[in-house]
Amino acid sequence: MPRPCAWFSRLLGFFRKRSRDAEMAEEMQQHLDLLTERNIAAGMLPHEARNAALRQFGGVEQTKEIAREQRLLRWADEFVQDLRFGARMLLRSPGFSILAILCLTLGIGTNAAVFSWIEGILIRPYPLVAHQDRMFALIGTTRGAERGGLSYPDFVDLEKNSTLFESFIIDRIVGTTLSVGDRAERASGGLVSANYFNALGVQPMLGRGFRPEEGTGRNAHPVTVISYLTWKDRYKNDPEIVGKTQYMNGVQHTIIGVAPEKFHGTFIGYSFNFWVPTSMQEAFDSTGYKMEDRGARWIEGYAFLKPGVTRQQVQAELNSIAQRLENDFPETNRGHEVELIPLWKTPFNGAGNMSPTLGITMAVVFFVLLIACANVSNLLLARSLLRRHEMTMRLALGAGRGRLLKQLVTEGLLLSLIAAVGGIVVAYWCRNALVLAFPSTVPGLVVDYPGQIDWRVLVVSAAICILATLVFALVPAIHASHVDLSGALKTEGNGVLGGTGRSRLRSALVLVQVSLSFVLLAGTGLLLQSLAKMRNANPGFSTDVIVSVTDLFSAGYNLERAKIFHTQLLDRVRTLPGVESATLNRVPPFSYKVYSSAPLEIDGYQPAPNEQPTSEYNEIAEDYFATIGIPIVSGREFARTDDERSPPVAIINETMAAKYWPGKNPLGQRLKIKDRWMEIVGIAKNANYRTKLEPPGPFFYVPLRQNFGVQNSLLIRTREKRGAITNALAREVHALDPNLAPWPASPLQEQIDEMSYSQRLAVTLVSIFGAMALFLAAIGLYAVMSYSVSQGTRELGLRMALGAGANDLMRLVMSRGLILTTGGIMIGAVAAVMLTRLMGNLLYKVSPRDPLAFGLAFLVMIIVALIACFLPAWRAARIDPVQALRT
Amino acid sequence: MAKEKTDLVYGTLDMLILKALQHDPRHGLAIADRIEQMSKDILRVEQGSLYPALYRLEAQGWIKAEWGVSDNNRKARYYTLTTAGRKQLAAEKEHWSRITKGINLVLSGA
Repeated sequence: MPRPCAWFSRLLGFFRKRSRDAEMAEEMQQHLDLLTERNIAAGMLPHEARNAALRQFGGVEQTKEIAREQRLLRWADEFVQDLRFGARMLLRSPGFSILAILCLTLGIGTNAAVFSWIEGILIRPYPLVAHQDRMFALIGTTRGAERGGLSYPDFVDLEKNSTLFESFIIDRIVGTTLSVGDRAERASGGLVSANYFNALGVQPMLGRGFRPEEGTGRNAHPVTVISYLTWKDRYKNDPEIVGKTQYMNGVQHTIIGVAPEKFHGTFIGYSFNFWVPTSMQEAFDSTGYKMEDRGARWIEGYAFLKPGVTRQQVQAELNSIAQRLENDFPETNRGHEVELIPLWKTPFNGAGNMSPTLGITMAVVFFVLLIACANVSNLLLARSLLRRHEMTMRLALGAGRGRLLKQLVTEGLLLSLIAAVGGIVVAYWCRNALVLAFPSTVPGLVVDYPGQIDWRVLVVSAAICILATLVFALVPAIHASHVDLSGALKTEGNGVLGGTGRSRLRSALVLVQVSLSFVLLAGTGLLLQSLAKMRNANPGFSTDVIVSVTDLFSAGYNLERAKIFHTQLLDRVRTLPGVESATLNRVPPFSYKVYSSAPLEIDGYQPAPNEQPTSEYNEIAEDYFATIGIPIVSGREFARTDDERSPPVAIINETMAAKYWPGKNPLGQRLKIKDRWMEIVGIAKNANYRTKLEPPGPFFYVPLRQNFGVQNSLLIRTREKRGAITNALAREVHALDPNLAPWPASPLQEQIDEMSYSQRLAVTLVSIFGAMALFLAAIGLYAVMSYSVSQGTRELGLRMALGAGANDLMRLVMSRGLILTTGGIMIGAVAAVMLTRLMGNLLYKVSPRDPLAFGLAFLVMIIVALIACFLPAWRAARIDPVQALRT
Repeated sequence: MAKEKTDLVYGTLDMLILKALQHDPRHGLAIADRIEQMSKDILRVEQGSLYPALYRLEAQGWIKAEWGVSDNNRKARYYTLTTAGRKQLAAEKEHWSRITKGINLVLSGA
């Protein structure tokens, strides 16, 4: 096609002004030379001839300038002209325009929304924080790739010995219970290094941030910076707030500052209510004082690189520091390393779970955009038939085909610009929509997954808009610029079966739409099935057991009081009507709390030189296994008598037994943690401890009564309704301490559901966008079928006149629609097989080629196709042959 | 001698250029020469407005340009009439003859 090419080169010429100018200069020079020669031939002297030639020509530079201006003006002029004409055309057929703009708004809007989520959650998650491009998550790893935190002494050494970092910050999520009138509310906060606000470049709105000395000294600096939201809701915008106090975890904290409104902390998933300095660690960690313990790895944080430093350089420095620490402190630091992780993969907050989900969602909305573009393409093609007269006329009057093409692209651009504005509005509405998928179960906590619409999102939306225009407008435009003058004069009689290039093109577009929708349907099917499988998978314990927590730590209970409280509460609960059994444990399964973990020493097991056996464990009371429903394979369960006065004991799981006592009976053997030998008295069946996705690993249990802590949860097996048990629990807790109230009781199943939020979110998003895509594709199919029926009215009428019944015509139209659909499904199936593999990490025990998901997608697609084709087919069957042939 | 020549009617230069290119490709000076020759030296092409007009016509797609070699072995840009240009010429000729016919009728009227 020479025309669009010529137009393109002209467009290029506009941008390559210089070379065009050079060409112009050369041409004029040649002209002058010719004139000069001619004058010499006429008898003038050479210099006279030259001057005469210049006079004859007039100003060379002026001429060039006129030509230049002319070029620019023409371009701008034509653009304005096209724009105005385009606007008139859009207004003339409002039905077409609205449908096209709606399709595109949907396509551009969903893309802009998802991109704003990615920007706000993964790329620049922390508003007001400077230099997020140089910010990395800081974590500790144990050789063998287990991820964890850093210890405070290690952190200090890291800060002291590194040269390539601008700053390190600690930000460890902590919680407390705040009383609001007579209600109790949960609050989340950050235990942060004293340099926190300075390093982030965030200035408190009122008061000040932390001073360097406030970071150290055991419990020496009970000061806090509160969030804007807390200031507003809890303190009613009190301008005199600085200097007042807030009671947190039994300690009176002085409020020294209020964070600015937009600052939500540096934790993806929660908007923090307060910040306290690291010196207050003990007050916010129910497992004790850890600031001087090199083996206690609890610190999560971030590091800012110096400008111009690469991650490789920095990692090398971190490795050498870790190596030095390993040499200096072999008992605690053997195999320990420090690693930097990009913000969007941060393992200790919501980012790690959100990034695959948002990645899949981005791919899905891109499909939605493509389908929307195909729809608009289709509409434009149908309309270009109506406008063929106009196009032919303009061509006949001498308009360049390139000019027509430009006109059509301008009209397309106009459509997508309007849609882009609408799309940005949609994205703005939806920017915080993700939170809806996370109903906050605990009053007081602010779940926060904000989208962010900044200039980057706008640039990407503009790029999407231009891309979309090129996709949807260029196809019909090139097609239209091929209008053949003589051919256009003849009437075009499209058959229902056969077809010209135009209807073939439209069919191809439908094919693309159907295949894209099929991919999305298959993907949705896979995710739904995986979610169902995950829900139905047995975690190894009974999920209807009720959990109840009473926050003794925040209430300022010490260990002794907590021990008495828990023992009394457990005894009272066991006598409640309907309670079959009850127990205590420190960490209920599938909760956000962290299990205890410690290096192990095992009687009769010689670890490899580089191996440091480590395992997580839980502190549980008697009747735990009976209550939660994990079978004891051999040995016994803990008894009430396994307390401080009796010898330490432990129960291990099957994996641990197989790993450390292969082929032996572990019962009666010993293992050592924290300088204490314990005798193994039982082996429990494996269960899931944190998620259903985790691989089986070693795990063991120790008696709570030999390892009491302040904070424990009650587990209850009961026949009673949840409301009844909640009320009964509240009564019993109140009887023991009138100042306390338990958290609402909930079955373990709810916690399990909560932990699978990333899978549920993926299913929700993919289903919504998949449904959108299906709907758009159905519109496309319907449009093409009803168009071909209206074009083939004569043919259909003829067939009817020749004896075809209404049913035959209906079958004819339906079968064409179904052939298109089946073709699209086949292409889609091939694409889906290739693409669904990428969802691997979101799928649970479902093959990416699962026949059920593909079969269902096929069925849904066919049903939707039947519905979309039915109306056009029905119309075909009702054609009056007499009228059809007369027109 | 310049005094005897007539300046062009505004807006007719484009049409004359198209006409000058009707049969053969020509370079800029040759186009000007051709117009003067065809008008029996009555019409004179302002050299300064020739090139803007040529670029305008080229941008419209009515003529296209190529570098070539002139009779006396000089490099020159040769302009050729395109199909669209031919149609444009026909349309403008038709338009022109209607206008002049009208003007003549007015001027020769009583």
